[in-house]
Amino acid sequence: MNLDFLYWAAAGGLGLAVLAGPLGSLMVWQRLAYFGDTLAHGALLGVALGLWLRIGGGTAVLVTCLGLAILLLILERSRILAADTLLGILSHSALALGLVALALIPGARVNMEALLFGDLLTITPREVAAIWALTAVALAVLGRLWTALISITVQEDLARVEGVRVGAIKAVYKLLLAAVVATGMKAVGVLLITALLIIPAASARRLARTPEGMAAVASALAALAVLSGLAASWWLDTPVGPSIVVVAAGLFALSLAVRPA
Amino acid sequence: MSVAAPLIALRGVSKHFERHRVLDRVDLEIPAGRILTLIGPSGCGKTTLVRIALGLLHPDAGTVTRAAGLRIGYMPQKLAIDPTLPLSVGRFLQLAERDRAKCQAALAETGIPDLWGRPVSALSGGETQRMLLARALLRRPDLLVLDEPVQGVDVTGQEALYALIGDLRQRLGCAILMVSHDLHLVMAATDEVICLNGHICCHGTPRQVSLDPAFVALFGQRQALYAHHHDHSHDDHHHHDHG
Repeated sequence: MNLDFLYWAAAGGLGLAVLAGPLGSLMVWQRLAYFGDTLAHGALLGVALGLWLRIGGGTAVLVTCLGLAILLLILERSRILAADTLLGILSHSALALGLVALALIPGARVNMEALLFGDLLTITPREVAAIWALTAVALAVLGRLWTALISITVQEDLARVEGVRVGAIKAVYKLLLAAVVATGMKAVGVLLITALLIIPAASARRLARTPEGMAAVASALAALAVLSGLAASWWLDTPVGPSIVVVAAGLFALSLAVRPA
Repeated sequence: MSVAAPLIALRGVSKHFERHRVLDRVDLEIPAGRILTLIGPSGCGKTTLVRIALGLLHPDAGTVTRAAGLRIGYMPQKLAIDPTLPLSVGRFLQLAERDRAKCQAALAETGIPDLWGRPVSALSGGETQRMLLARALLRRPDLLVLDEPVQGVDVTGQEALYALIGDLRQRLGCAILMVSHDLHLVMAATDEVICLNGHICCHGTPRQVSLDPAFVALFGQRQALYAHHHDHSHDDHHHHDHG
């Protein structure tokens, strides 16, 4: 039996897992879980846009998520409303708009289940390459900005006085997050992508004594969740995306038993 | 840097939030090497004024001039680190300065040389303030800006901290801009006091200010804290100049 599809699925999932560690840790520290959800909801709008403009679904979703992130950055800066209210408005408006747009496109047939819960087993080598390219670029950027990002997380005013370019660095981080949400959809779907970012990071807290340590442990836990989820899916014939998240949640429960480092 | 030129000069600075006027045409000069304390009831615009001086906030009107190459060490009022972020004291300092020896020297300078590996979340109020002060010192500042530096510190700890601040000024020769809501506490530690309540009510040495009618009106005879008259009129602008 040809098991290539399984290897590609593992390769794609691992690429995301490696990146999920540091990005997810920052998300937990800065309380941005809802931000990730908002971008993921916007992905549906991206799918509709892709069908309408007859461009690749992946590209359209990526562009939509980046666009949403930029819109959020602008709205946040204008201070019209509290950030979580803004996210609530944008998140559900984008989701509703996506659903309406899909209904209006004649003959549009969308595999909703794949969209919501991911379809890792049908991932193509090209998509795996795209994931690893994103991971490489994102890790390089994160590595360069890491100290500044931690400094901003700890005390933004202090970072600013010390000459950190707070606005620009926060924007870069949020755009990276948008890119990983758009790309990670393929693996675990719109509903679960935030889980892949947040849960391993939260589980890593008790196993680490430094910010970098927590990011690395989070990556390892995410990788473990991806591989175990795939295996579970293979043996038990369960959907891959949810299986990955269930394993991640199980690891989180186990981490609670560990005495804080 | 010439001695005569102020490190930071604010001219006619005004700031509104929504429709509420927080600062009204405030002039302030921070001279080199002196300790200047901003004092006033809560909500009087102290922190806003400091944030404008630091460049964290833009005034609606007026100008802010900083001396060229001015190095500022800043001690913010709050440090709210998410409990999920594992961070040691040493790492906190290394966010500003990679050189471990320099960070350790700064900790020694503020009297907590043994706390390098301690998690920030396990520090007492006084230790937290000393750690923040150490990070501000790492910048080798011409000016230290301290926003309520004894917040969350018990009374004996407060005296020790003010003694340390005075001592640091002697050793480093930097200027200090301090924010406080309590004149008694800063009396001994400051050269000059500026009493703020949206505008500058009065300024001078701590003793002069404590006897100033504008200060007494704001704080009561013996600085009855939080029992001051909220309804005191601002129509006549007090600009007392004390020799």
